[in-house]
Amino acid sequence: MSAAGLIAAERIKLASVRSPWWCAGLAVAGVIGLTGLLVLVEPGGMADAPGGSNPFLLFGLMLVLVLAAVSVTTEYRYSTIRMTFEAVPNRTAAVLAKTVVVAVVSGVIGLVASLGAWAAMWLLDPLSDTALRTSDDWWVVLSPAPVFAACAVLALAVGILVRHTAAAVSIVLVWPLMGEQLVSFIPGFGPAVQPWLPFVNAGNAMTAGGGDLPFSPVGSLAYVTGLAAALLVAAIVVVNRRDA
Amino acid sequence: MIEVRGLTKRYGRTTAVDDLTFDVRPGTVTGFLGPNGSGKSTTMRMVLGLDRPDAGEARVAGKRYAELRDPLRTVGALLDAKWVHPNRSARSHLRWLARANGLPAGRVDEVLDTVGLTAVAGKRAGAFSLGMSQRLGIAAALLGDPQVLLFDEPVNGLDPEGILWIRRLMQRLAAEGRTVLVSSHLLSEMALTATELVVIGRGRLVAQGPTAQFVDSGADVLVRGPRPDAIAAALRAAGFEVAEEQAGLLVTGGTTERVGEAVGAAGLVLHELTLRRGSLEEAFMEITKQDVEYASTGAGVPA
Repeated sequence: MSAAGLIAAERIKLASVRSPWWCAGLAVAGVIGLTGLLVLVEPGGMADAPGGSNPFLLFGLMLVLVLAAVSVTTEYRYSTIRMTFEAVPNRTAAVLAKTVVVAVVSGVIGLVASLGAWAAMWLLDPLSDTALRTSDDWWVVLSPAPVFAACAVLALAVGILVRHTAAAVSIVLVWPLMGEQLVSFIPGFGPAVQPWLPFVNAGNAMTAGGGDLPFSPVGSLAYVTGLAAALLVAAIVVVNRRDA
Repeated sequence: MIEVRGLTKRYGRTTAVDDLTFDVRPGTVTGFLGPNGSGKSTTMRMVLGLDRPDAGEARVAGKRYAELRDPLRTVGALLDAKWVHPNRSARSHLRWLARANGLPAGRVDEVLDTVGLTAVAGKRAGAFSLGMSQRLGIAAALLGDPQVLLFDEPVNGLDPEGILWIRRLMQRLAAEGRTVLVSSHLLSEMALTATELVVIGRGRLVAQGPTAQFVDSGADVLVRGPRPDAIAAALRAAGFEVAEEQAGLLVTGGTTERVGEAVGAAGLVLHELTLRRGSLEEAFMEITKQDVEYASTGAGVPA
């Protein structure tokens, strides 16, 4: 029961069904396609994006969250989680192997989407400034990789905790798209917690900074990664306690 | 070798498995028999470390399941043929299992060949018939060439050909010296497959022993003679329970030898002395009648 074997097993599981491929393909094609479309319709339009980050990355991120949550909820749906724990009674090891695979795949999706969108602007939009001169420029293009990976781990942990596909997908979509905005609107309380919301920080982490948040982009990334790690630990504790 | 010691599992106020203790020895097919809901599957899940017992423990090959290194090499199990992602091919399903336990990729093709699924190995498992799913589940169980095998209701819903195939496979696995535990609520099936039986009802051990002994325990002796009243009196005096039937006297709780000797000792003549072997079903009902969880109360039937 080597770590490499466990990771290979999880990789085969993810790659041998169609839905992760669809999610990954749609995420990459969506980010690149929407970026390309926007700069064709309105040349130079992307240059004004806040902090230089690409707003369409959020669309790709949502699909990655679905991919990550579903990678484990289908195991509960079809009880293959029991086969997993039969083969790997060390449940912590089994969950960590899945986490590694999901995080790497999500990171690659984030990177390909971001680089692809950058290439689309460079090819299609003579007005936008796509030169990568400063470290901030590089950060904006490369940071989606670790941000996607950390958010995917967050979604995976949610999937492990709630087990049902519909519930997990609802949570990982509704929370970033609506939940965080609604929380921010709560008088008094909202503005106080808003800087600490995970997807506010995930968004901030993919910018060059300069927003009104307490964290720098690197700080936001570290914060989201910490949240993901904490939720993953909670998921591992629960998985070890309950019956499979 | 499977050792179950004082295994107990509670769900809220119901006790699914209650202080269960038994051994399953290598080289035989052991039937795990009980009505639906008697705790067979729960017991098997606890043996495999999937469910956590509230008390007691189960050991496989001398170790708790969680202590086994690459457990598929020691234990193979088919608990439910539907535990497969429907959009994954049969081969991919076995490939990830093999990789998780460091088994060579060649084993996947070997077990696919053993169960006769080579031709459909690339097809998605969701399109499989129940019989094919069952074969895929057995392929997964055999993947690590394990010494211990557990099958939960493997013949449920299969056609006669599939039933025969599974029966022969289990007997072959036992003949190779492996430990085979197979659960069923079909007693007639167990009589043909298993040489040892572990019978449970409502999570408790009801009986354990060779299948033949179990079948004989439900046997009666039929006697017929020219003086039935005298024979009945002699047998009752010897401590047997006697019932009068049209065919003769039905004696329960004895062998032909003991009944014949008791009648002979009284100096009476017999015209017939026959062992009436009860069906396994009757023996089973007799033993488990207090332990059926959802018994029909016979409502609406006049007493």
